[in-house]
Amino acid sequence: MVDIPRGPTPPQIIPDTVPPDYMPPPAEVKEVELYHAHSWITKYVFCQDAKIIALQYAGTALAIGFVALVLSWLMRLQLGFPGLLAFIDVNVYYQFITIHGMVMVIYLITAIFLGGFGNYLIPLMLGARDMAFPYLNMLSYWVYLLAVLMLVASFFAPGGPTGAGWTLYPPQAILSGTPGGQQSGILLMLISLILFVAGFTMGGLNYVVTVLQGRTRGMTLMRMPLTVWGIFTATVMALLAFPALFVACVMMLFDRLLGTSFFMPSLVEMGQHLKYGGGSPILFQHLFWFFGHPEVYIVALPAFGIVSDLISTHARKNIFGYRMMVWAIIAIGALSFVVWAHHMYVSGMNPAFGFFFAVTTLIIAIPTAIKVYNWVLTLWRGNIHLTIPMLFAIGFIVTFVNGGLTGLFLGNVVVDVPLSDTMFVVAHFHMVMGVAPILVIFGAIYHWYPKITGRMMNEAMGQVHFWVTFAGAYLIFFPMHYLGLLGVPRRYYEMGETAFVPPSAHTLNEFITVMALIVGAAQILFVFNLLWSLRYGRDAGPNPWQATTLEWQTPQTPPGHGNWGKELPAVYRWAYDYSVPGAPEDFIPQNQPPQRAATQASLQPAPGE
Amino acid sequence: MVGILTFLAVVTVIIGWYLSRQRLFSKPWLEVGVIDEAFGAGGQPRSEPLDRPARLGLGLFLAVAGSLFALLISAYVMRRQFPDWQAPPVSDLLWFNTGVLAASSLALHVTQRLAGSGRWDDAKLGLFMAVSLALLFLLGQVLVWRQMTAAGYLVAGNPANAFLYLIITLHALHLGGGLVALGRNALRLRHMEEAGQARVSAGLRLCAVYWHFLLVVWLVMLAFLAQWVDDVVAFCGQFLT
Repeated sequence: MVDIPRGPTPPQIIPDTVPPDYMPPPAEVKEVELYHAHSWITKYVFCQDAKIIALQYAGTALAIGFVALVLSWLMRLQLGFPGLLAFIDVNVYYQFITIHGMVMVIYLITAIFLGGFGNYLIPLMLGARDMAFPYLNMLSYWVYLLAVLMLVASFFAPGGPTGAGWTLYPPQAILSGTPGGQQSGILLMLISLILFVAGFTMGGLNYVVTVLQGRTRGMTLMRMPLTVWGIFTATVMALLAFPALFVACVMMLFDRLLGTSFFMPSLVEMGQHLKYGGGSPILFQHLFWFFGHPEVYIVALPAFGIVSDLISTHARKNIFGYRMMVWAIIAIGALSFVVWAHHMYVSGMNPAFGFFFAVTTLIIAIPTAIKVYNWVLTLWRGNIHLTIPMLFAIGFIVTFVNGGLTGLFLGNVVVDVPLSDTMFVVAHFHMVMGVAPILVIFGAIYHWYPKITGRMMNEAMGQVHFWVTFAGAYLIFFPMHYLGLLGVPRRYYEMGETAFVPPSAHTLNEFITVMALIVGAAQILFVFNLLWSLRYGRDAGPNPWQATTLEWQTPQTPPGHGNWGKELPAVYRWAYDYSVPGAPEDFIPQNQPPQRAATQASLQPAPGE
Repeated sequence: MVGILTFLAVVTVIIGWYLSRQRLFSKPWLEVGVIDEAFGAGGQPRSEPLDRPARLGLGLFLAVAGSLFALLISAYVMRRQFPDWQAPPVSDLLWFNTGVLAASSLALHVTQRLAGSGRWDDAKLGLFMAVSLALLFLLGQVLVWRQMTAAGYLVAGNPANAFLYLIITLHALHLGGGLVALGRNALRLRHMEEAGQARVSAGLRLCAVYWHFLLVVWLVMLAFLAQWVDDVVAFCGQFLT
């Protein structure tokens, strides 16, 4: 699709068909219909306002994320300098691996994108006063918090947390040789995941219904910012994919507690024939990856959406190929449900299946590539402002392409088989679904912090944070690809006297560890900046980035109760009217009526006058 | 995984149908002005059901729950191909329970119709019957458990037993959640002046839809447990070979 250059007054097209399924809420909402907090507890703790719930989600996710960050430091210290920390034995190492992975993928990234940004941005960007079901929304957060606390509790349980790896593969996950397998670690993990799915479902229903039913007048689906499209599609996917994790966890709980054999084959442990028999570990893998692969896009799609908005706003240019971007999001969402078994090439599957899943995996690269091209073409000849959010957005594009390309390697069966379970895989998925989405999370926080707090984040600290994080991530994960190609296996506590690993690999491991420590420390600076700017940050004003979308047009900053004043905004245009020829400013907010824009344009002196 | 993929194919068709009505081919960069979907031809506001968001929310939840049960079926089909599978006999009580659930579903359907036409006294009776029958169903399922255990079909005895217990449990938990929602509506029915007739009526309608859904899910599950599906597949297979 090619964007048609627009004249000063774009033609108004009256739609020929009117979607019959949707009626926007009335512009005026009687005060009594809004949820009112009557005390400090109901305003900030058991709160039903989506904005507070968003901050609760984000705060909890970042807090548990820091635990996972510290675990990654400890793992890296063990890999770089084996034996340096005496308390890290092989069991503890596996526990760290497991909790680090699980927290980062589910409790941090998924929760912050959907629960954090979803809650904050969906109502504001769509011109709604709140989510469709505020009480359910509040419940969603508290169930999520309970899930996090269960996970944390496993650290203090006898035997500690589970060390089964983040994929929790049976049979080892519930055997006594695995840390927490025959103690409470695995139980707390499974219950925590079940709670997470239940909590997410409550929130997810809210996000989807709000997008479909809570939009203000004039906000058609095709006028929604891509951020909302990304979060919306990811939520629909998550609602359909998380039940697979739920079923897998319930069945494993049955196996562990009641002695059933859903997943457990006959096996002998410590010379004893166990009571299990005939179960299929592969069945668990199917269920897990039926959730697990869509999960990759559940975190990627919100990142895609947010990065589109960041790039367009900070390059002062309309997003290139908006329609194609929307279609690509939908296509990726649909395709991601038929690629799951590419995580199972080495499980002994039928070669025909391997071929099928390799093909679908490669096909999904097409809509993804379209998105990347469109981001680059949006930047092309844009008025690029290298603000901190923009730096993170560009950092994301580069990193995502990088991680995506190694994904094409691993999507092919013949390349995947030798690389499976090596550090190459670790490097690939950290680049594509670790570093890349986290860069977007940072960019988004720098971008929307002024709206949330009314103050700008400190620029100098932001610059240091970006460059250390961005460059550091490459210094960590680029060498890791090389280690993988050498054959260094993942999940190993120590390499020992492995003949095929040269001494230089150990030096490289030390280097990676030092870099990981530095990048981790930079995140402490980020947290300091968050807190410091809250008090000392420059006053932001209502719309510091001169953005078009509705959240920047609220009557108050930070947005007050009910988001909007007495009347909801009406939307007159799409979300990307930047640098419109003839317009007095280089942006036209979505809620600016056409007459006013035209009048202002006519008052402007023509070039040369 | 055929079960879940079939289910998702149906969901995809519904989503595709919905999106096809959302002007995804429009060119939003060329359209300026309010596109007001609230008004039909002649500027008349289109009538809108009061409970549209709740209906949509329920529809989505049914998709989530449907996905869960479809995955369960997929796992069931994959697991039963292993040689240790020994399906337990289907208790007669299960057939009785199925009848009770169907009666509960029918009672709730009639209740919401009665509420819709303003016959509140009859609706109260209908609601009482629907709740009683649902509780009877849950009690019957517990008895099935006890019967199976007494007959030696223990949960860990065979994966087929385990699936039966798991399916009964998950289905009963969903019905239990439905009873909580129905209880809220019963309370509203008692204090109708505060809640408003339209709200109570809308709530009962949603509960009835959920009850029908749980009945359909149970029938599908039963079709697998009673091996009707195998018979159908074998019957169709004759023609293919």
